[in-house]
Amino acid sequence: MAAVTRILLDVLKPHEPSVLDLARALADLGDYRVCVRVLEMDKKTESLEIEVAGSDIDFDAIQTVIRDLGAALHSVDEVDVCGHNARAQME
Amino acid sequence: MKLLRELGFLLRISHSRGIVRRYFVVNGFDGALTMLGVILGFVTTDRVPLSVVIGACLGAAIALGVSGVSSAYLSEKAERQRALSELEEAMARSLQSSAHAQAARWIPLLVALVNGSAPLLISLMIIAPLWLASAGIPLPLEALHAALLVALVIIFLLGVFLGRVAGNSLWRSGLQTLLVALVTVGLILLLSA
Repeated sequence: MAAVTRILLDVLKPHEPSVLDLARALADLGDYRVCVRVLEMDKKTESLEIEVAGSDIDFDAIQTVIRDLGAALHSVDEVDVCGHNARAQME
Repeated sequence: MKLLRELGFLLRISHSRGIVRRYFVVNGFDGALTMLGVILGFVTTDRVPLSVVIGACLGAAIALGVSGVSSAYLSEKAERQRALSELEEAMARSLQSSAHAQAARWIPLLVALVNGSAPLLISLMIIAPLWLASAGIPLPLEALHAALLVALVIIFLLGVFLGRVAGNSLWRSGLQTLLVALVTVGLILLLSA
């Protein structure tokens, strides 16, 4: 089955938990590499662009973490997917 | 350990550490000053049995504890609910399954426990010499005076704690709260003379 190796998310979150907390929680899910950019700051919220990279990303778990930390996933803007053969070649 | 980490996280996201600290000092100070007043009242009147003093102090301590728990829980719960509703409005979605809703549920309980236990525990520490004396354990001072001394030391230590929080001189801060206690003692002595 094809594996998701990178996703770019548009997320709105309250100021707390911090960007660091959110990034750590996502990275801990599966030893992912997480890059967060703050695009906009409002009085109570901030808009983020989150890039998650890994060998096989569990998107449901990512959605759960985002929801549990009070954030909202607005859209999935980019996805990198690797097919089984391509993965085998890379390995 | 996990529970403590979780609680620490909820305190952080709800910006409640300062509130818990404030409640501890404010109500702890209330408890210490109340005990100081009650015990001083007994010192300045005719001698009464130690059991009466203990009963009066214990009654006041329990009332302070219950009052602290109930008032803090009700007011904090209302404040947390309001903050959660405002955040939900800003996020344009329900946050009921998020850490913020958990904080709105648990932080009022924690704050209430701190607010209630601070005066209760401090009062019990102040009453301790009275219990020891009534149990026949010899004290270097008379029981009521020993309890007064414990009250003054605790009030001084609360000031020291405040000084540590503010990063000010510990002595200065401790002496400030001690001065408040001494003014209270002066007022009681003046009015009961």
